[in-house]
Amino acid sequence: MPFVTPKSQQRAYDVIVVGSGAAGGQTAYTLCMEGARVLMLEAGRRYAPESETAMFQTPDMAPLGGVGTPQKPFGFYDATVDGGWQVPGEPYVRTTEDHGGRFDWWRARMLGGRTNHWGRISLRNGPYDFKPKSRDGLGFDWPITYEDVAPYYDKVELLIGVYGSNEGLENTPSSPPGCLLPPPKPIVSDYLIAKSARGLGVPVIPGHRAVLTRALDHKRNPARIHPGNVRAQKILAADMQSRAPCLWATPCGRGCSIRANYQSTTVHLPPALATGNLDITTDAMVYEVTLGAGGRATGVNFVDRTTGRHEHASARVVVLAASACESARILLNSKSARFPDGLANSSGKVGRYLMDTVGSDVMGQVPRLESLPPLNEDGADGHQYYMPWWLYQEQLAGKLGFARGYHVEFGGGRHMPGPDTGAHLEWLTGGNYGAKFKQDVRRYYGSFVYFSGRGEMIPNENSYCEIDPGGVKDKWGIPVLRFHWQWSEHETGQAAHMQRTFGQIIEAMGGKPYKIETDGAKAIAPGGLIIHEVGGAIMGADPKVSVTNQWCQTWDVPNLFVSDGAVFPSNADKNPTLTIMAVAWRAADQILERMRRKEL
Amino acid sequence: MDRRTTIKWMLAASAAWPAWRTAPGQAVHGTALLRPPAAPGYGTDPDLVTPHKRGEFWPLTLSAAQRRLAAVLSDLIIPADEHSPSASAIGVVDFIDEWVSAPYPAQQRDRPIVLEGFAWLEAEGGRRAGKGFAELDAATQSAICDSICAAERAAPERREAAHFFALYRDLTAAAFYSSPEGRKDLGYIGNVALTSFEGAPPELLKKLNLA
Repeated sequence: MPFVTPKSQQRAYDVIVVGSGAAGGQTAYTLCMEGARVLMLEAGRRYAPESETAMFQTPDMAPLGGVGTPQKPFGFYDATVDGGWQVPGEPYVRTTEDHGGRFDWWRARMLGGRTNHWGRISLRNGPYDFKPKSRDGLGFDWPITYEDVAPYYDKVELLIGVYGSNEGLENTPSSPPGCLLPPPKPIVSDYLIAKSARGLGVPVIPGHRAVLTRALDHKRNPARIHPGNVRAQKILAADMQSRAPCLWATPCGRGCSIRANYQSTTVHLPPALATGNLDITTDAMVYEVTLGAGGRATGVNFVDRTTGRHEHASARVVVLAASACESARILLNSKSARFPDGLANSSGKVGRYLMDTVGSDVMGQVPRLESLPPLNEDGADGHQYYMPWWLYQEQLAGKLGFARGYHVEFGGGRHMPGPDTGAHLEWLTGGNYGAKFKQDVRRYYGSFVYFSGRGEMIPNENSYCEIDPGGVKDKWGIPVLRFHWQWSEHETGQAAHMQRTFGQIIEAMGGKPYKIETDGAKAIAPGGLIIHEVGGAIMGADPKVSVTNQWCQTWDVPNLFVSDGAVFPSNADKNPTLTIMAVAWRAADQILERMRRKEL
Repeated sequence: MDRRTTIKWMLAASAAWPAWRTAPGQAVHGTALLRPPAAPGYGTDPDLVTPHKRGEFWPLTLSAAQRRLAAVLSDLIIPADEHSPSASAIGVVDFIDEWVSAPYPAQQRDRPIVLEGFAWLEAEGGRRAGKGFAELDAATQSAICDSICAAERAAPERREAAHFFALYRDLTAAAFYSSPEGRKDLGYIGNVALTSFEGAPPELLKKLNLA
């Protein structure tokens, strides 16, 4: 099996999975390990991290020192190929270019999608995060609780490998014994930042990232993940043994050829392929779910990007896992007499309630970190420690002026020098050049600290996507999305709070912030820049105001599921990927259960 | 998304860096601002594994005279010392040529600033000593650099030249500290596979009062 062309696709698939990232990879993995026959369709090309990843390449080997360009937005060596906020031939439209109202849509057209380059930050949503409306009256509750999802968080952590610790802090869940790998040891700046932040009442604890700080327990984990399924356990145990632990070098965003971090391509797809139950067709741009008599999905239509031909694939069940906005786009473009406004859209909510993460960053320079001796501080590539949200009670009491929290990702250290290392120093050097400048660069190298607030956005009626009413189409003739975006004071107030807090922490370190922007509307990153977009086909308890039920099953079409971030009715400050996987796993279990009951 | 990359990107995008980053290159010194030849760039799916050479993806465009000036100026900014060689000795001019010849928007915004800056230096050399900048004695070269090396202190009529100098210093440093010699100069000892990671050394923490 594995990689098949449209011509060699079999006719009898149980499930079509559209997309191969966190949601698609997890869905295919779960289904194949339990015996379902799956066809995965990926819009981008086949991608093999083992041979294509630039691991130890240095900036001098890359054009322009490897800095980002429109063709490689996160730098030359970033894992993403054929992706970015702009993809040639695949436009989208927005209603404004203004900072506060624009939305930039990141796509990665490649096998594994954006899991190849992501930050690997893997935080569980807490109990509050599934019931935000019950807590403060805003947004929407999920139709499920933390307890419903917790067993799936456990399984995802056991499968992909996540380091971290259990601290017992409010709304910051602990994992059962054996789920987490040990966190990496802190570097100098971690100690200084932690000391200074704690002095201000801000907790600092080990981060959670999908990086193997040691090999996974291939003897115990498979049985915990697949109880009673000996074949799945055997396949997974073999695969776990072929993943090497972290070698404490090279940026995770380049991908990992030794498979020490999570990418769908290195973790989900290999064991799924080893079952023999998974076929993958790449360069398959899905644009429509086809509807049969009786109101059931019959399959999907796609463009074969290698031939330009339109093709059809069929299965008993269709799962959209194409990323939040792309899944919404496919639904909206799947029009029929029965669903004139798009498939599974009787509620009118497809495309609605798009959310990104509130992001605002501050950089500072710290004299105490100047002129340190040579140290290897590569470690696990950052986010070894973080600050979970700490003001739940003050916020609930209405003392903050914004309703939801954020966590803080931070870093520092003597990382690989590159084009930015000696640049932009005039604010510190006063304009030196010559021998003095070289001394300056030595002095300041490694003395910078970076703080990134990542906070919760509350869904609103003015942040959504729709099929462009102006009729713009991509190069295959598929109608494109138009984005509408608006922040509320809950988000801008949060961004301003981030800026003030980071300034205080840097000053507590004896350092100097580069710039503090206390106008939240200016401090907030534009929509889409944090690339945590979720919503667009939210799950709920009421078919009138949601697109899917708690199982990611669309209310309108019983054999059509949406298992990516589109179903999120809220976007907690916790980075969404771990929850995407947990929710997709839960949905896949439900699909298997309903197939066994012959309901699908 | 990689955190450090994100921060740098956002700081740049939000124009938190000095204004010259986004300022259009006004033609103030009458220089012919040649646009680089249109080139497709390296595309969205380049070979990442093989090391690349300057000029491989788009032609280098600086003239011999411009490259000579670039070398002199780079070495004024990063001269050789006991730790590392000078900028020009490790190929910084090729990097800068690649940069100003690149087909991407950020680099194309920098191109006229660099070319006009070169022209300004030549004119200033002529005004002061009747010579091109590269032919001036070291004291005069330094005097000119001193007048434009800090944007805040630069005279109003030299502000654009100061913006050029800041950019050129950034590009020189970008090339130099991206190189093996630059990494060595800074004492970078990472990018090597380790079997374990021990974090901060206890004796250093003690010294920093962080133990």
